[in-house]
Amino acid sequence: MSSSASFMERLGFRKASGVGEAGWGRTLFVAVIAFIYFIPVLFIIFTAIKPQNLALSVPPTLSPTSFFGLIPDQYVFSPTLENFGSVFSRSMTTGGAPEDTGFDRYFFNSIFISSVSVGLALIIGTLAAFGFSRYPLKGNDTYLFIILTTRMLPAIVVIIPIILMFRTVGLSGSYIGIILLYTAFNLAFTIWMMKSFFDELSLDVEDAARIDGSSEVKVFFKICLPQVVAGLAATFVFGLILTWNEFLFALLLSGADTRTVPVAMNQAVSSGGRGTDWTLLAAIETLFLIPVFLVTFFLQNHLLRGVTFGTVKR
Amino acid sequence: MSTIEIRKVTKRFGDFTAVRDADLSVAAGEVVCLLGPSGCGKTTTLRMIAGLERATSGDVVIAGRNMNELPPEKRDIAMVFQFYALYPALSVGQNIAMPLHYEKLSKAEVDARVIKVAKIMHLTEVLDRMPSHISEGEKQRLAVARAIVRDPNCFLFDEPLSRLDVELRHSMRGQIKEVLTGLSKATVIVTHDQLEALTMANRIAIMRDGLIEQVGTPHDVFAKPANVFVASFIGTPQMNLVDADLKSFDGKNASVSLAGNDLVIAADPAVSRLKPSKVTVGIRPRAFTAANEKAADTIAAQAELIEPMGAETLIHARTAAGGDIRVVVPRDKRVKIGEALHLRPDPKQTHFFGEDGKAVRA
Repeated sequence: MSSSASFMERLGFRKASGVGEAGWGRTLFVAVIAFIYFIPVLFIIFTAIKPQNLALSVPPTLSPTSFFGLIPDQYVFSPTLENFGSVFSRSMTTGGAPEDTGFDRYFFNSIFISSVSVGLALIIGTLAAFGFSRYPLKGNDTYLFIILTTRMLPAIVVIIPIILMFRTVGLSGSYIGIILLYTAFNLAFTIWMMKSFFDELSLDVEDAARIDGSSEVKVFFKICLPQVVAGLAATFVFGLILTWNEFLFALLLSGADTRTVPVAMNQAVSSGGRGTDWTLLAAIETLFLIPVFLVTFFLQNHLLRGVTFGTVKR
Repeated sequence: MSTIEIRKVTKRFGDFTAVRDADLSVAAGEVVCLLGPSGCGKTTTLRMIAGLERATSGDVVIAGRNMNELPPEKRDIAMVFQFYALYPALSVGQNIAMPLHYEKLSKAEVDARVIKVAKIMHLTEVLDRMPSHISEGEKQRLAVARAIVRDPNCFLFDEPLSRLDVELRHSMRGQIKEVLTGLSKATVIVTHDQLEALTMANRIAIMRDGLIEQVGTPHDVFAKPANVFVASFIGTPQMNLVDADLKSFDGKNASVSLAGNDLVIAADPAVSRLKPSKVTVGIRPRAFTAANEKAADTIAAQAELIEPMGAETLIHARTAAGGDIRVVVPRDKRVKIGEALHLRPDPKQTHFFGEDGKAVRA
């Protein structure tokens, strides 16, 4: 048999140049550890496709397939998509007719609220970061520090004044209220991230653009921004994940129409007095995972460049 | 007309004065090098001409127009940066086209100009590549190509060759000189490499600590340095600058006590302006001839260190007073360590500097 590297290459894997690739033993070791970390996610996904009556069975059923006989038959269940259906429509009382659960609305809310607020934070934060990086104020670092302090307190500490403020100005329960809150919530992080990306850029390139006839606005849009695309992607994904999973603010500040999935999930599970419906919960969680998974997946090339940015030689 | 003129230009950063009262004019078609050690203010001067720094006081005049209040994009200049400053997100071709972007040309016209310049700078093969995927020499040529694609008022170069290895530097020096000759624009080149300045410039402005010490042709700054600093900065090996006592001057010959020797040497008539006093005598290492024995116009010294340089040999010789004198002799002249030398300076290449460090010359 030829060497493992050429085998992998024949499969279409290109070896990173100049980097010694690990052998099979080490690769397997890392894969096992990675798998252990992935078990909770896998468990949720399997529970989501489990028949409801097997959710709490003893001994537990573990897998929808025996993996070529690897798993004994008594631990194998036959998969079903029923749970996903009942996320959106199910009977709310025993024996009642199926009703619309409103989860389509909640999923829309989650997607709408997080993408708009993270997008807004990215626009405002990037402009602010460029300002902090290129047009420093007296005491620039102090301002940056003050901005960071807005994120130092846990949400539970600031939630009461925020609720009172939102009530007073009538923002409770509205889209604009929760979007504004999440935008502010993401700004500190966005400004700090983007400032470090702008700080890394070569000032000469901007000077060259000025000499070549660019105004300050064009320098920003045509020269600086294209160079920090990786940073924008990384900041967007991190912000999105934080906002997507946020629970406390959403619980206390969103209304019936603007409820996000984490809040709705909590209510779907604890209402009805029938105990927790674990397979339903797992189905919601699995669906909840998909949007961020897709965004991260499609931006992953940028992401890698983004998080390793500072270490790359110019 | 493509000219550059700076008048009494000063730049202060807080308490630090980077450039002080700099005066310089560059005629159309002239190449002037700003030469000096690092931190002397030469790049700051260039950036003030470009408008990237605002002068604290003084005037920057380009093509007869006062540019003090104008931002760089309105000054109609082209500049090549030390680290090239290529646009990383644009291809080579797009990099060259960038300055044309604001001239409202048709696409066909832009393409034609890009291709023309790419031919001159030998970049045709790499037009579609990204700047991160071309060689160092190509990056340098791209930086120049981007500057010459337009027809600006003047050209500014900031250490254009400092990043290239020796071989590339030689060939690029020639290429840039050739391109500049064809353009006949006022050009300012900043460099710390005197060879670059001597070979590329019509005139050289030598700077130190924010002051322009001397402006002159490459020949002048070498043959007639205005002061001790210029004398020591220009020329390799460095000029010998020896402290001496001027005893008398009869209108033709000066009698000096120099490094433990009493020396009679023909000197510039202007030396009569100096009273008998401390002076500095400057003699280039190549301006000595070796005499067979001691004479009134020779300096006695002992060979201490011998460095063969190929065509010539550099000798470090120690005088009776303990000072070090550098002498360059032809390769075939054999000198042994410890050998006693009688060095006869060429009076025509001997410079007298007064106590203030300024050259004394008619």
